[in-house]
Amino acid sequence: MALVDIRNVTKSYGSTQVLKGVSLDIKEGEIVTIIGKSGSGKSTLLRCINALERIDGGEITVEGQSVRTDMPNLRDFRQRVGIVFQAFNLFPHMTVERNITLAPVLNKRIAKSEGRALALDVLARVGLADKIDAYPAQLSGGQQQRVAIARCLAMRPHLMLFDEVTSALDPELVGEVLKVMEDMARQGMTMVLVTHEMGFARNVASKIVFMHQGRVWEEGPPAELFANPRTPELQSFIASAR
Amino acid sequence: MQTLNFQQLWRYQDQLIDGTLHTLLLTLAAAAIGTVIGVAGAAAVRSGPRPVRWAIRGYVELIRNTPSLIQLFVVFFVLPGFGLRMGAFEAAAIALGLYFGAYCTEIVRAGLDAIPGSQVEAGQCLGLTRWQVFRHVVLPPALRSVYPAFTSQFVLLLLGTSLASQISAEELFHTGGFIETRTYRSFEVYAVICGIYFALVMTFKLLFAAVGHLAFRWPVRR
Repeated sequence: MALVDIRNVTKSYGSTQVLKGVSLDIKEGEIVTIIGKSGSGKSTLLRCINALERIDGGEITVEGQSVRTDMPNLRDFRQRVGIVFQAFNLFPHMTVERNITLAPVLNKRIAKSEGRALALDVLARVGLADKIDAYPAQLSGGQQQRVAIARCLAMRPHLMLFDEVTSALDPELVGEVLKVMEDMARQGMTMVLVTHEMGFARNVASKIVFMHQGRVWEEGPPAELFANPRTPELQSFIASAR
Repeated sequence: MQTLNFQQLWRYQDQLIDGTLHTLLLTLAAAAIGTVIGVAGAAAVRSGPRPVRWAIRGYVELIRNTPSLIQLFVVFFVLPGFGLRMGAFEAAAIALGLYFGAYCTEIVRAGLDAIPGSQVEAGQCLGLTRWQVFRHVVLPPALRSVYPAFTSQFVLLLLGTSLASQISAEELFHTGGFIETRTYRSFEVYAVICGIYFALVMTFKLLFAAVGHLAFRWPVRR
């Protein structure tokens, strides 16, 4: 059974329909990369998976559970589905440790010492254990984004969503974030990414989803999709992304 | 012209100290009431049910657009008619608390508005409750951004406690009037009273700066 099952999802903002019947399966351990022009609905789709946006039609299920913005156990659900944003969204008034342990300490009632161990553990996975006492403003963009990923990992999610996580970074900082994500992919984390990093899509993804005008236009393994794009839209997208 | 003579005032030092303490107490009581109103009011104006939002808006507009002295009189002279009887000091604390609370609501609301929605979203995505997001994610940086405005409003409150003399609450200004009628040394009395107010305000400003320095330690990128 698929970990995420998206069936015929529609979504409008006012009179603009941004998702026009999207269907997609994501299996456990898959690395799914959603590509497409801006306005194609890819970020909206990602946000719908985490119930950050209400869908108008169709259904999304994650681990067999129907995802709705008014689902009864929304908070538990959100702890299982992590999301990392383009703008990091770290809490500026908290140290790196507090950013990571805030939710576990408040909701999983772990002890303070345990919290620090947890923070060190997830920070080690993103290579930033030495920054545990720093504040976000003292870190580079790439470091902040890695802390945001670590904060997500501390929730022990079953699925992670990445919404253009390298788009706000200076070019020389993109690599360190992508490397962390590659490591996570190797360790078997199920990941859904919206990205403009074609190299990452090509080399790490197990499935590419090309969205166009609110629809899944083409999908398949990267080697196949990049070598033989069937539609002129994907052909021109690949040509322009090079 | 008569010469200045501060010596007579010396006999009233106990009254002066007492008046100063009452002014302090009145300020702190009103500030405590007002701060609680301000934080709760600002939170409710942003996310409470519509009738509550309207009620708070009405309260803020009413208080900010009418004289504080009349508000004081209403609490002290009108409310007893409805069975709410209280002493001058309590009435002053409540009236000034309501006054401070209205300004505080606007100040804190501005601070909350300055926090981007993405911060709230990030908190929700970690599975925090609405209250946890407000308390831990939104409130601290919001308070930091409005701390200077809060400080100057507090100074206005401290100076404004002198209004309470009009309902015979025994605060500093009232004490001044008392000493003046005994000594006929108007200039000397009010110079001393003024000096005490000035010293109080400067002390609080230093105190606020120190507290702000301790409470808001995180660095910000400009």
